[in-house]
Amino acid sequence: MAVVITQLFNGISLGSILLLIALGLAITFGLMNVINMAHGEFIMAGAYTTYVVQQAFSHYVPAALFNYYYIVAIPLSFLIGALLGFVLEKTLIRFLYHRPLDSLLATWGVSLILQQVARSIFGAPNVAVTAPAWLDSGLTIAGAVLPYKRLFIIALVTICMVTLYLYLDKTAAGRKMRAVTMNRSMASSLGVSTKKVDATAFAIGSGLAGIAGCALTVLGPIGSTIGTYYIVDAFMIVILGGIGSLIGTVFGALSVGMLGTVAEFWSGASMAKVIVFVAIIAFLQFKPAGLLSARTRSLE
Amino acid sequence: MDKKKLGYWLFFIALFLGPLYLTEFRLALMGKFLCFAIVALGICLIWGYTGILSLGHGVYFGLGAYCTAMYLKLEAANGQLPDFMEWSGVSALPAFWVPFSNPIFAIGASLLIPALIAAILGFLTFKNRIKGVYFSLISQAVVVVFVTLFVAKQDWTGGTNGLTNFTTFLGFSLASPLVQIALYMMTVIILGASFALAAALTNSRVGRVLSAVRDGENRVRFLGFNPTSYKVFVYSLSAALAGLAGTLFVLQVGLISPAMMGIIPSIEMVLWAAVGGRHSLIGAILGAVIVNSAKSFFSEAYPDIWSIFLGLLFIIVVMFLPNGIVGAFESWNEKREKAKRKGGTADAADSVVS
Repeated sequence: MAVVITQLFNGISLGSILLLIALGLAITFGLMNVINMAHGEFIMAGAYTTYVVQQAFSHYVPAALFNYYYIVAIPLSFLIGALLGFVLEKTLIRFLYHRPLDSLLATWGVSLILQQVARSIFGAPNVAVTAPAWLDSGLTIAGAVLPYKRLFIIALVTICMVTLYLYLDKTAAGRKMRAVTMNRSMASSLGVSTKKVDATAFAIGSGLAGIAGCALTVLGPIGSTIGTYYIVDAFMIVILGGIGSLIGTVFGALSVGMLGTVAEFWSGASMAKVIVFVAIIAFLQFKPAGLLSARTRSLE
Repeated sequence: MDKKKLGYWLFFIALFLGPLYLTEFRLALMGKFLCFAIVALGICLIWGYTGILSLGHGVYFGLGAYCTAMYLKLEAANGQLPDFMEWSGVSALPAFWVPFSNPIFAIGASLLIPALIAAILGFLTFKNRIKGVYFSLISQAVVVVFVTLFVAKQDWTGGTNGLTNFTTFLGFSLASPLVQIALYMMTVIILGASFALAAALTNSRVGRVLSAVRDGENRVRFLGFNPTSYKVFVYSLSAALAGLAGTLFVLQVGLISPAMMGIIPSIEMVLWAAVGGRHSLIGAILGAVIVNSAKSFFSEAYPDIWSIFLGLLFIIVVMFLPNGIVGAFESWNEKREKAKRKGGTADAADSVVS
């Protein structure tokens, strides 16, 4: 029983981590159709932001307040990610909307530069971020221990998703964003500033990457290549879930998390990755458009 | 056109005569770059001509290299178990290693295995009309699969260290400078042959269908062609070229490891074609040589700067030189000729030029 609960929980936990990373991509890639290979480096930026905030708290803030540094770190990671994304959109991606393969290559170049910059500032070795004391223990259910750190990530991703859903569905700005993704020229002729919407959407997607980076710091030490470790998985999840469908991304992330955990349980960590990718490619044979895809009659 | 052909001949003859004017060290580097140029030719065929961006060519290059490396390893082991297998406690040679003791099988496999894997992957994706960036991302996932497998199966593949410590090839010592010169010349000949093959292909009917697939796949479909078979064909051809390059690479460099087939090497391969000019076969060769010369210069002098430089190169090429060096040269040439014609005869219609 304990094993089943632990495996189930690990699956959900891995799924939630992947979801947090894929959520930003679901906006920039899924909704806007831009391949941003530097997304992983925005995750890294969020992780290092958390590191800097944690260092600052341990040096300049009374020790009693140290446990609450996430209250500062999470929004700041979002802002740093969003700022980077905004700058990238304005300087590079804006010119490449009609050349998706080229935007892939250019943002790959950006990711190489950002990684090197991070190495120059923070050094090549990984750095550890001390988690607040209240995340240290875990919840015990039927003999299985559920670490608070993992529960914290699940809570964080839930909050992010609900906020994102409310933003896209209930606010004027979010509805404009959906209008632009559904029919750009029609939205534009009805008076929506597509340029503004593009920049905002990209900033929000990148900001979510920052939050993902912040969450990754509780799992282990962080380094300049932390983003590349997850980025391929995240792209595959968005493709698996179906382009343009946030709910699809959620299902995609959870099923990859579950499958990955089960496969790891049976065959070890490296084979698990192989099994997951082969399964995704096999799945796309039956549903090339992904789990849940927006139905469209357009040909190209 | 004839002037162009003469230029190509001179170019390849100059490369062939490399041993006359290059030092041993430079020649070894050049030989390596020319292997990369063969990969770039293949990428040019699928990306520039057919519009398929593969981020997985490192795998095909690596598979080709591993096939030949297995033969070299067995020849070096001299009938015994290869050294790394003994270290990982393997008692008998795995069955799939056995046929690789035959050099013809090994080199044949280094072309056919990449082509076969590319054909399977291409068929599964192209048939389902998965294309553009989706295909690129899937090909990247394939890289992760293969690299993970090769690292994990240490007792079969040598793990992270890869395969190295070769001694002879068909009985000739690989350390001898003469053998290295012969291998270099062979590389030039194979590069020239691949170039001729690719040029013939792009000028043929098939080549025109490939360009048509790039520009409007559905129109091609409506005209009664099956784009899938054309795409699968060109994709496996390009994988075979990468595998061939891997064979020549491992013979000259004497090492292949999973790090050389990873995500970053794979995407660097695309950069070679992009820098030279994705629509130009000769551009792909030039791009591979130029980028790699820059890499060996920068990474010797300033290893930290190299990755920033590489990143900038990606951005600059995409933003300012979308057709690479050759494209920039061509448009400059066109402008000059236009100006010349305007200055010369006033009645020469401009429409003839365009």
